[in-house]
Formats: sequence, C-alpha cells, structure tokens
Amino acid sequence: MKILTPSNLDEALSMLADEPALTPIAGGTDLLVHWPGNLEARKRDYLDLSRMRESQSGIVWDDDRVTLGPLTTYWDAITDDRFKAEFPILIVAARQVGAVQIQTRGTWAGNICNGSPVADGVPALMAVDAQVELRSAKGSETIPLDRFYTGYKQSRMQRDQLVTGITIPRREYTTQFFEKVGSRKAQAITKVGVAVTHSDKTGWRVVSNAMAAVIMRCEAIEALLSSDTEIRKPEDLLGAVDADMTPIDDLRSTAAYRRAVFARILFHALRERNVRVTTDAG
Amino acid sequence: MPDAQETNTIPIDCTINGERVAMDINPSWRLLDLLRDHLGLTGAKEGCGEGECGACTVRIDGLPANSCLVLAAQAHGCNIETVESLDPESLGHLHECGTTQCGACTPGVVITADWIRNNPDSLEHGSIRSLMAGNLCRCTGYDGIIDGVRASIDAGASKGDRS
Repeated sequence: MKILTPSNLDEALSMLADEPALTPIAGGTDLLVHWPGNLEARKRDYLDLSRMRESQSGIVWDDDRVTLGPLTTYWDAITDDRFKAEFPILIVAARQVGAVQIQTRGTWAGNICNGSPVADGVPALMAVDAQVELRSAKGSETIPLDRFYTGYKQSRMQRDQLVTGITIPRREYTTQFFEKVGSRKAQAITKVGVAVTHSDKTGWRVVSNAMAAVIMRCEAIEALLSSDTEIRKPEDLLGAVDADMTPIDDLRSTAAYRRAVFARILFHALRERNVRVTTDAG
Repeated sequence: MPDAQETNTIPIDCTINGERVAMDINPSWRLLDLLRDHLGLTGAKEGCGEGECGACTVRIDGLPANSCLVLAAQAHGCNIETVESLDPESLGHLHECGTTQCGACTPGVVITADWIRNNPDSLEHGSIRSLMAGNLCRCTGYDGIIDGVRASIDAGASKGDRS
C-alpha cells in the first residue's frame, strides 16, 4: 500500500492521470471500516485528498446556485447558517449520517463517489437537483446527480476523474424533507429513506433511498403528486411505488417491509406538513 | 499494525497534545494505531473498529472524530488532542453525575463532552443527547452522561468560562 498526498487539485489530477488505479480518499469514513481485517483494501494504493482541504472545502454562493467543494464535510454544511436556512433538507440528512464524529470527517462528494444505495447525503442532494462537476487532466464535465449512477455502485465517473464541485440551484421551495427509518436514530444505516422537494417552478422531486440498487428519482410518484388524483391513505401511493421500483431484500430489511414502509413514511411526512394528501380529519 | 508486505513509509508532521510529532510511518496505520501502538497514548480505545462506538474519539483540529476511521497519514498538518490532554478538573461534573460505570466508553465520552462544554454553539445543531449519540455506553443508560455534560456546561457558564 502507498499513499500519494497532493497539495492541490492540479497535482492530484496529474497523479491520477499517471496512475488511474489510485483510489481517492477524502474523509475515509467508509473505507476505514474494519480496516485491520480488510486485507484487500490494504493492498491498494491511495490518493489522499485531505491535504487540499483548506482550498477545497468551501461553500460558495452565487445568485442562482451554491457550490460545495470536493472536500466540504457534512459538518461544514451543518454549521453554515445560510446553508441551514436555505436547504434544511440537506442539514436534516447530514445530521443523520452516523454521528458528529462521522459528520466532521465525511464529505458530500465522498458520499456521491462511494455510490452506496443507502447513502443519506445523496438522496437529499438529488432532491435539490444537484449537479456533479468532474475533472480529469483531459478536461471537465458536469453530470446531473440523478443521471450519475448506472447500477449498483456503478456510475458515469471515470477512474481518472475527481469531483471538483457539487452545484445546487437556488430555488424557493414550498416543501423539502428527508425521512429515514433505521434501527435507532443515530449511528444507523438506512433501511428505507425518502427525500422530497417541491417548488412552484420545477414541481415535485421524490428520491428513494435504500429501496433499489441505486438511489433514484421516483418519476411515477412525482407524476402522481403533480396530478389531481386524491391521496387519502398510504396504500394510494403503492401503485406508483411499484411502477418506480422493485425493492431489495438484504441484511437490513425485506422487500415487503420496504415497499409498505416507504409508502407510509412518504404519506405521513406529506400529511404532517399538510401538503398534497387529503385526510378526513382535516 | 503488522504487515509483512510493507516496505515504504510516509512522513508526517503534526501536533499531538501540544507537542510536535514528526516521524516516518507505515501508510496503512490508522490514527488510532499511531496513538496507541507507537506513541503510547492508550486513552483512546478500539471498540468496534467501524466508527459506531466512539471509544476511539479524539479531536482533530478541534472537532471530534473517530480515530479508527482516519489514516495516520491524514493527520499530517493537523492538531490532534486525545483524552490525555484534558485537565482532570474539567471532568469533575461528569464524575459526580454518574457518567462512568465500567469505563470502556469513558475516554471517548469525555472528549466529546469536553468539546460540547467548550463549544456551546454546537448545541445549535442538536441536543446534548444527539451530539453525544456517537459515544455508545452499555452501562449508564445515558442519563448520567447527559446530566454530567449539562452540569459541566452550566458550571462553565456560571464562571464565565466558555473558552
């Protein structure tokens, strides 16, 4: 195992161009889990990006968008008052990633690149139409996060690319929430999660988390919410849930549980906020 | 951590408990391995090795982090504080409130508790209970821990000592 330690982005991209087999590390909070026994991981070579933190961990505001740096941590966002006021969905999600000790190290870009279908940062970012800026020594491109993943832990990112920024459009949201079900409130990996936003300009975004092999937009549910169809109970969402995804069975939960609970947490979250659903109780 | 295949080393230069530490290390060491096995700072404990229990909590540039999830090479240029750096006096309230029973979680608990006490602004981002959620304790049922952190914050506030 060796670790290369670039001090700036150009140096990092040139090291990666020379050795595309290098695995980039930011916070390391996923990579280092059970590290002493992970012999496979300890044979690889790494590109440690953490020495670029000072210049690459900002939150930059423009009139129409805000950009997170590639090394911006959850805690950087949680402690940014302006970010908290404008994107509470991202703060709520960030505070549910592990606990403070993880939130101070884990990065939004790392959450994207790790590609886990149970990530909590990714669904919240997808629900606010985040775009991923990628760069290699050859050039740069921008991929909308909802088109980033191509399969389980697979994405359109190339091995010689690094995330250089995550851009989020600024909009007036009428609704934004992230809900997750885990075994306990903190330090629990998501069994079922949903991130939802609504703005008058762009309509509904519904993103499912831990339901399928990838975190994904739920277009049938978005269409249902945009329609005039009455939604009076969780079961009224099931047709659209089934059209959007085939839930997975895994060590944390079953497909049947995920399907039923997804519809329930979405319904009750909407009802709590008194949006879109109709209830007899008013 | 032994690894027969390792031949290369990587230099690091950081501050640990106020002292400069410059040395060549094995790139596969975690910060926890460096502290415990090579610097004799055995306060931080390895509990779960996966970032859940918090027994290995240290502060990196002022913020609590799991030292089992940080490569030692990533400590380069950082200011690391372990439980050994704390003033025992600052722990009195935790002791009085029954924060400790078996003691396995205690080094991590007091590092996070001391961070909250010295950074009361952190309470804008969550309750004491939620900020302490990364330190698992199998003995106390947590109420003693929460009470101890609250008492130490109140004592700090009454003395005007929030530095």
